[in-house]
Amino acid sequence: MVSNRLLALAAGLVATIGLSMTAGAQQATITGAGASFPNPLYQKWGEAAKAATGIQLNYQSVGSGAGQAQIRNRTVDFGASDAPMTAEQLREHNLLQFPATMGSLVAIVNIPGVETNRMRLTGEILAEIYLGKITKWNDARLVEMNPGLTLPNLAIAPVYRADGSGTTFVWVSYLAAVSPDFQKQVGVGTSVKWPTGTGSRGNEGVAGTVRQVRGAIGYVEQAYAEQNHLVTTQLRNKAGNYVTPTPEAFQAAAANADWSAPNFAASLVDTQGEKSWPIVSPTFILLPKNPQDATRAQNVLKFFDWAFSHGDQVATQLDYIPLPEAVENAIRAAWAQVQVDGKPVWPAR
Amino acid sequence: MQQAATPTADAAPPSGLPLRRGQSSGALGDAIFAAACRGAGVFVLLLLGAIILELFLGGLQAFRAFGPGFVTSTEWDPVQEVFGAGVSIYGTLITAVLALVFAVPLAFGVAFYLTELAPAWLKRPVGTAVELLAAVPSIIYGMWGFFLIVPFMSQVVQPFVIDTLGELPLLGDLFAGPPFGTGIFTAALILAIMVLPFIAATMRDVFETVPPVYKESAYGLGCTQWEVVRNVVLPYTRVSVVGGIMLGLGRALGETMAVTFVIGNANRISASLFGPGNTIASLVALEFGESELGSLKLSALLGLGFILFVISFIVLAASRLLLRQRLKG
Repeated sequence: MVSNRLLALAAGLVATIGLSMTAGAQQATITGAGASFPNPLYQKWGEAAKAATGIQLNYQSVGSGAGQAQIRNRTVDFGASDAPMTAEQLREHNLLQFPATMGSLVAIVNIPGVETNRMRLTGEILAEIYLGKITKWNDARLVEMNPGLTLPNLAIAPVYRADGSGTTFVWVSYLAAVSPDFQKQVGVGTSVKWPTGTGSRGNEGVAGTVRQVRGAIGYVEQAYAEQNHLVTTQLRNKAGNYVTPTPEAFQAAAANADWSAPNFAASLVDTQGEKSWPIVSPTFILLPKNPQDATRAQNVLKFFDWAFSHGDQVATQLDYIPLPEAVENAIRAAWAQVQVDGKPVWPAR
Repeated sequence: MQQAATPTADAAPPSGLPLRRGQSSGALGDAIFAAACRGAGVFVLLLLGAIILELFLGGLQAFRAFGPGFVTSTEWDPVQEVFGAGVSIYGTLITAVLALVFAVPLAFGVAFYLTELAPAWLKRPVGTAVELLAAVPSIIYGMWGFFLIVPFMSQVVQPFVIDTLGELPLLGDLFAGPPFGTGIFTAALILAIMVLPFIAATMRDVFETVPPVYKESAYGLGCTQWEVVRNVVLPYTRVSVVGGIMLGLGRALGETMAVTFVIGNANRISASLFGPGNTIASLVALEFGESELGSLKLSALLGLGFILFVISFIVLAASRLLLRQRLKG
């Protein structure tokens, strides 16, 4: 409560300073707050968009929960959240939700003699590992699906995110989707009650613990694993194929997702398709449908319009997955719901 | 007072005027100064009260929902929205107490060395080094713990202990489990280093209050150094030493950042000291960002904060009480 008020105050302060600073220059500031996972991308987009459109983005990476709280209190121009809000919540707070980009999760392991993308795993096995039912790397089922590997008699040490995070939300969504047991015993949330293992703070904490503990397994965002050369694994997708985490596999998942879900809350875990990577997730933007300031709302939409049209390359460089073009166009159409005095603020003029 | 002053001023000859003016402005300045200081003092008190109240009111929703069972329940399930403080209270207390078990003998050694044994030229460097330990930000201890102590524990200490002590009946349970490196034991180790300077500095200060003539008499009777400590220094300073230890305990209870890095962050109580756990402070720090405004979880976290506040308050009040007598002199 205290923190949220403080954040609101800070956001307000930043907005005021931003406004007063840009009053002279021909610039407009927009403020956003929320998910930390897309933060590097939003910052890069912000820099590039400032040069191209004159819109200056002030994005605070405070976490999805705080982002939802801030947009509900209308202390920022847009909120950002890894987990979608429910249709009910969106209606109650009069918010429009759309995805901005996508990311994927990978499993990382530390098993002596196992190199990156050699180990084969399935969602069911991962669920049982995180439930504490499979405890040794030389478990019969693991050995059977990995004929090419010599798996040691080593205890499995599951590592999870200790801080509440969208990453955990996506990871447990996947495990719950493939394992009814996991759904029943643990469920889905930004933090859950893990029956086994140890928790670490942030991607860097999970990666650090996995690196240090022999027999450890963890999950991180693919971008983080890629940039830090972590030992990732293959996963079996819904079609029954073992796939390695590559941009093609992520794009395949995005293409096979059902984007017609209400409020764009498409689930990209365990999607259909021969080549689909099974754990992909969109990250969402939340906008008030009844903004108080038409110009600021319009600038937010201009910003994302620019990002959708010109931001794909930056996104790919940072290991994010751009949205399919059809989805981007559907989102632009949905922006008509953002209205001031009954008039849509988009398209601009 | 004003009434008394006015007639005097009226009656005074004109020559007294400058004097009176000087007096009155001085009195006014003094009054403002006193009021400002009083305000500052009262402000701190109000601030403390407001924080306690805010935490309590924030936690009220959780206290209402779970009743007194909130304190003892070991369930922490954000998905089912069932919250209990048991695991984190246990973790907070056990890490703090274990930290004292490691830190107190070391602090005692440092303090006694500084007051009795160290040559004069070494007293200052060692004393300063100990005080500098207190100035290291806790995030540094956290990183140091995570990148140095944790690998050392998981690769050297724990495999060894698990293979030896872990095999024993009963005692073995304390050290069983996979060697994560993180856990209650590692957290206590880091905490011990963090509270060491507080305890050592207090001990040194109170040891120095022992009148030299007592110690000299004891040495004169042929006592060994240990006997002097045991029979003269400690009995004389006992209460203050306990106060210093409580001061360290207070610090250990509330430590957040360093503990979060190394404790393993699991909301379970495991029999093994090497097992992961959680403390109130680290749980609050970790979960706060993803707690929605007005949610039961946020309320539970604020309630946890209130409980921690109460525990720390009791410990620190006790330490003040015990230290007061000795340090006054």
